[in-house]
Amino acid sequence: MDTHAATSSGPCQADQIPADLLSKIDEAVTHYPVSKRSASLPLLHLWQNHFGFVDESGVEWIAKRLDLESINILELVTFYPWFRQQKAGKISVRVCRTLSCALAGGYEVREAFCKAAGIDPKAPTHGHTPPVSPDGKFSVEFVECLASCGSAPVALVNDDLHEDITPEGTSAILSQYN
Amino acid sequence: MKSLLLPPHPKERRIVFRNAWTQGYTPDIDCYVKHGGYEQIKKALGMKPEEIIEEVKKANLRGRGGAGFPCGVKWGFIRRDDGKPHYITCNGDESEPGTFKDRYILHNDPHQLIEGMLIAAYALNVNLAYIYIRCEFPKAARIVTQALQEAREKGFLGKNIFGSGFDVDIHVHQGAGAYICGEETSLIESLEGKRPYPRIKPPYFPAVLGLYMSPTIVNNVETFCHVKQILAIGSDEYARMGTPGDGGTRVMCVSGDVVRPGPYEIPAGGVTLGELINDVCGGMKPGRKLKAIIPGGSSSKILRAGEVFKMKIKGDDGQMVDKEVPLLDLVMDVTTLAAAGTMVGSGGVIVMDDSRDMLWALNNLNEFYAHESCGQCTPCREGVLWMDKMTTRMVNGEGHADDPAVLKNVADNIAGRTVCAFGEAASWPVQSFLQKFPEEFQVAAKK
Repeated sequence: MDTHAATSSGPCQADQIPADLLSKIDEAVTHYPVSKRSASLPLLHLWQNHFGFVDESGVEWIAKRLDLESINILELVTFYPWFRQQKAGKISVRVCRTLSCALAGGYEVREAFCKAAGIDPKAPTHGHTPPVSPDGKFSVEFVECLASCGSAPVALVNDDLHEDITPEGTSAILSQYN
Repeated sequence: MKSLLLPPHPKERRIVFRNAWTQGYTPDIDCYVKHGGYEQIKKALGMKPEEIIEEVKKANLRGRGGAGFPCGVKWGFIRRDDGKPHYITCNGDESEPGTFKDRYILHNDPHQLIEGMLIAAYALNVNLAYIYIRCEFPKAARIVTQALQEAREKGFLGKNIFGSGFDVDIHVHQGAGAYICGEETSLIESLEGKRPYPRIKPPYFPAVLGLYMSPTIVNNVETFCHVKQILAIGSDEYARMGTPGDGGTRVMCVSGDVVRPGPYEIPAGGVTLGELINDVCGGMKPGRKLKAIIPGGSSSKILRAGEVFKMKIKGDDGQMVDKEVPLLDLVMDVTTLAAAGTMVGSGGVIVMDDSRDMLWALNNLNEFYAHESCGQCTPCREGVLWMDKMTTRMVNGEGHADDPAVLKNVADNIAGRTVCAFGEAASWPVQSFLQKFPEEFQVAAKK
């Protein structure tokens, strides 16, 4: 029974799972021979890596795949800061907020990233739904310590760590992702 | 990390970092084998498991994740032949503010970690292991996954490793942005696919009731690498490098207001705080003076420039004598920093100069703990938010006269009243900043 399609305005994620995602999911489940439930986080990562966020149909689909209740997956999506329930920017900019980066100008770097991306620097700094630039291209948010304090301030842009960032250098970093 | 591309400082002894910072070293298996890799697991497979555990005990290896528990003692809790499945889990959730060492091992030398884990797996009769890597290290997860696949293809991992008849497999498990998962029982809950609320000890000591309620050893990335090095160097020589009870080397991660921040691998007790900051790290930035040091990750208690500590230390004749030790003469090892009322912790040294506002710095840490409290225990869930709100208000110039006292009261009522050590980790900064820099908080309170 398809419970989610009717409530969603567009096609839901669970109706658009490509074959390669399915095979990655099958492979991930094999890593946990003792308990399928352990595959919850890996499946959420695979899902979000593909779709950009996890919608209600995704929560239901993953729960069903692992013989769990939807709440078992939803409570992970809402707990872990990494998971998103709404679309973010195509390029995710995650600026480290914590002490060593802050000492080196991390707050100024976040503000400069916001301005370079066309985001209001006064927008919320943390949360599951970070502010997105008007063109939908960038989201900029603070994250807690990225464990690169010796080359502060740092930011994670998609999968790339940028180190020793200056506010002036933020535009050039974003332009690498055009 | 530019400073690491420099030759090692004379105070350094790069053992676990040897490969990671060798020019031209690549993280693939052929390069590792060319540099002597996987020789120690071959040796280990010819030893009795008890002999390996004994070596780790004799080496005086202390866990490098923060708590500093003796590794061999931890391993000794596992009964090899109890008929239960056993697990090991590598804690690569490196998230303690100020700590940045495991990232270099995971990215640059993943096979060293894998070899250390294989040795541990054989010693503890483990057939299935996981490497928990925080998801903010996406490249590290790919590199380690690739390294595991290379090891599998060579027969170093999987069934009958090295033809020994011993089976073990290792998988990467990525976290999802929660600091609490570095707490070992939280990590286990996360690995089981649940909300990572820490478990209460007793009864849930991982070595007794760990992953899937089976005996489990959780060790830090650096700790597993040291296991490999202990077998390579021998426990006697390894122990001799450090101080009694704290063997080998330790990666000290220095950040903040010094000329050359970076991770430095130094024999345990091999430098004083002064030597680390002024000699190894090139001193404070030009024109600046030292104000404060957080010596072992953001949770460790802060130290103030000019402090003098009264402690008992061993004199030249071997007798314990009372001595006054100035801050910069504190030796960087587990016992000395504990005697100074703080800890070596995860090795994350955050240095602040005289331009820094201590209220602002504490507020930054309070925001961290407020963001990262898992919310399971009321004193922590509510208390860390209050502390964050209060210091935020004080930073914004709206302090009340009784703020310092209320802050201390809240902190005192979190520590010791929570399931896990996060309560202490969040309280110690507040308690120690207030104690060491009372004047700055009083000024803000009167605004």
